[in-house]
Amino acid sequence: MAAMIELKSVTKAYGAQRAVGPFDLSIAKAQFVALLGGSGSGKTTTLKMINGLAPATSGEVLVEGRSIAEEPPWRVRRRIGYVFQEIGLFPHMSVAENIAVGPRLAGWDVPRIAARTTELLDLVSLPRDIAARLPAALSGGQRQRVGVARALAAQPSIMLMDEPFGALDPVTRDALGAEYRALHERLGLTTVMVTHDVMEALLLADRIVILEAGNIIADGAPAQLLAPGQPDAVKALMDTPRRQAQRVAALAESAHG
Amino acid sequence: MDERLADAFSRFPGYFSAHVLLSVCALALSFAISLPLAVAASRNAAIRWPVLLFASLIQTIPGLALLALFYPLLLAISALTQAWFGFGFTALGFKPALCALTLYAMLPILRNGVTGILGVDAAAVEAARGMGMTDRQSLLRVELPLAAPVIMAGVRTAAVWTIGAATLATPVGQTSLGNYIFSGLQTENWVFVLFGCAASAGLALAADQLLGLVESGLAQRSPWRIWAGAIGLVVGIAAGLSPLLASQTKPAYVVGAKNFSEQYILAEMMADQLQAKGALVSRKEDLGSATAYHALAAGEIDAYVDYTGTLWTNVLKRKDNPGRLAVLQQLTAELKKRDGVVILGTVGFENAYALTMRADRAKALGITDISGLAAQAPNLTIGADLEFLSRPEWAALRGAYDIQFKHQTTYQPTFMYRALADGEADVISAFSSDGRIAADHLIILSDPKGAIPPYDAVILISPKRAGDQRLLAALAPLVGRIPVSAMQQANYTVDRDQNKATPAQAAKALEQKVGLRPASRK
Repeated sequence: MAAMIELKSVTKAYGAQRAVGPFDLSIAKAQFVALLGGSGSGKTTTLKMINGLAPATSGEVLVEGRSIAEEPPWRVRRRIGYVFQEIGLFPHMSVAENIAVGPRLAGWDVPRIAARTTELLDLVSLPRDIAARLPAALSGGQRQRVGVARALAAQPSIMLMDEPFGALDPVTRDALGAEYRALHERLGLTTVMVTHDVMEALLLADRIVILEAGNIIADGAPAQLLAPGQPDAVKALMDTPRRQAQRVAALAESAHG
Repeated sequence: MDERLADAFSRFPGYFSAHVLLSVCALALSFAISLPLAVAASRNAAIRWPVLLFASLIQTIPGLALLALFYPLLLAISALTQAWFGFGFTALGFKPALCALTLYAMLPILRNGVTGILGVDAAAVEAARGMGMTDRQSLLRVELPLAAPVIMAGVRTAAVWTIGAATLATPVGQTSLGNYIFSGLQTENWVFVLFGCAASAGLALAADQLLGLVESGLAQRSPWRIWAGAIGLVVGIAAGLSPLLASQTKPAYVVGAKNFSEQYILAEMMADQLQAKGALVSRKEDLGSATAYHALAAGEIDAYVDYTGTLWTNVLKRKDNPGRLAVLQQLTAELKKRDGVVILGTVGFENAYALTMRADRAKALGITDISGLAAQAPNLTIGADLEFLSRPEWAALRGAYDIQFKHQTTYQPTFMYRALADGEADVISAFSSDGRIAADHLIILSDPKGAIPPYDAVILISPKRAGDQRLLAALAPLVGRIPVSAMQQANYTVDRDQNKATPAQAAKALEQKVGLRPASRK
């Protein structure tokens, strides 16, 4: 299967200091990939190289088989959904207007945009009467749902997500993660999600790419990375959720017993 | 109602609408220039610093000086366009005032514009980029709307400054609410001064509140506030400008006056003479001493009264003193030849710079002339009007008498007489036709060496009106008509503290006295 996204020996340097790469990364259609790593590992920069928000210093980025350098960056970005860490809803626009930004840029007509807005509110499980509200009048969870809806509005086939659920409480976070995973399946999306939360990566992704100091140190399915025989750095990373899961399981058992 | 108050109210529509027009144009122009500059400066750090520095620099120039500087600048540009493209333009009045106020209003709009755009939440700007907006779309749809309340606050500050500073447009010949303040200050008509201040403050306050409504509407995203403010502004501007639209007939003649009582009175008399012949007249008052002659030579005013000594030293740059008649003859020939300006004739009195003391003080010190003054000057203080100490007459006096005072202080003419009365100054640079000389028991020190040139009041006609028989015939009766005693008296009725007359009233009384109008006609 042809790769949906392909990074070829990309690097990102700030002045003389190389921050990321060089490495190759190829992501197939319909994959859900988690970029996992601590702060400063280069995971967000890698994500932003895909849509040109942080242009690669060297190397080549291909999206749907075409180099992104061939066209203006704004045109590439209109085809790719993006969910921001700070959500980044436009505070002067209502929920409906925020969701309509992408379709308006794509030149859709008004009835089509209105229909799409309603459809998206349903899709991300938001009440329809929220459409006229300003972002300031929403809860954190609602805001992030609008952020997801806005990213999906212009019907992209690729979704880039930068710690999308990081600011939410654990319950909302779990629910929204699961809901998004379901959307990913239903809409046949290709998703790249940046996270520092190992558990989140393990539970949501098909494939986890672990970065450290700007380089890929591991790349595989969750089960693969949990299996024995991994390098020490990976093992250390995977141990924490495993230990937590075992302790929770033990607690649950003693409560039953 | 008090007569001065009634007079003030009768002038209000004209002054107010001119003030509103000037302020609105300056603010709109400034906004149109500053906003794109602010956008450019927010995008490019390399131009941010010079742009803001330039705007701050403008702000350090005193408003009055900035306005005054635009007159010679525009005059020079007009001379250039005349030479290159065959047309010139008037450099007095609306244009210099508009240019100066536009520059003046730039700083708050620029600074708030840059701060506002740079202060937009970085996450929103990145989201705009990430969703595929071009730089232009990001600016128009996200950054400017989010920065709007801050930008609006800058506009609000600029509006208050502009409306206040527009009162300073009067001395460059642009009518404004400043006409009350400048003429009131000269004639000690405090009702006028207060009226002008209150009117301009009221206007500034109203504009501030309405713009504030728009600003808070933008900040709270409340459309009704934005609309209420905007509609209020539009209605207010339309109401302010309506007197201007109502009176669009162009006056046939423009009579000029410098900024003191005698000039106001003589301008009123010239206007009366012209109106008696059925001509339409407008007045340009409170012109600076140098501006007045340039304005006449350029045809921006048609007639005004100046003084031979002033023209001799300031316009012809002469330092000698060949005597009263020779000065007048040479001036008449020179001004005609050089600028095409016509001297219609002398008015009949002299208004010379005269070193003047309180009679009792002069007697106590035994001073009668300037030689005697020079001997005691190192122990004395001179109070001068704002320009005397930098004028050639003062240089001539110092050259002739080697005179050196202990202190030199400058005053507005009104306060100069107060300083002499209070003993803060021992001697002042008075004018010989000033009514306060007789009234305050002052004596004029004689000038035995003839250092100060003669100052016969003369009527000047602009080059383009040199052959206008109607104008010449209307003003001819004023020639040689007014003796110094009559002029002093008329000046005093305007300058005194109690029972003051307006310049128009003083002009009427003087006309009657010298037989320019029948006593029966009112």
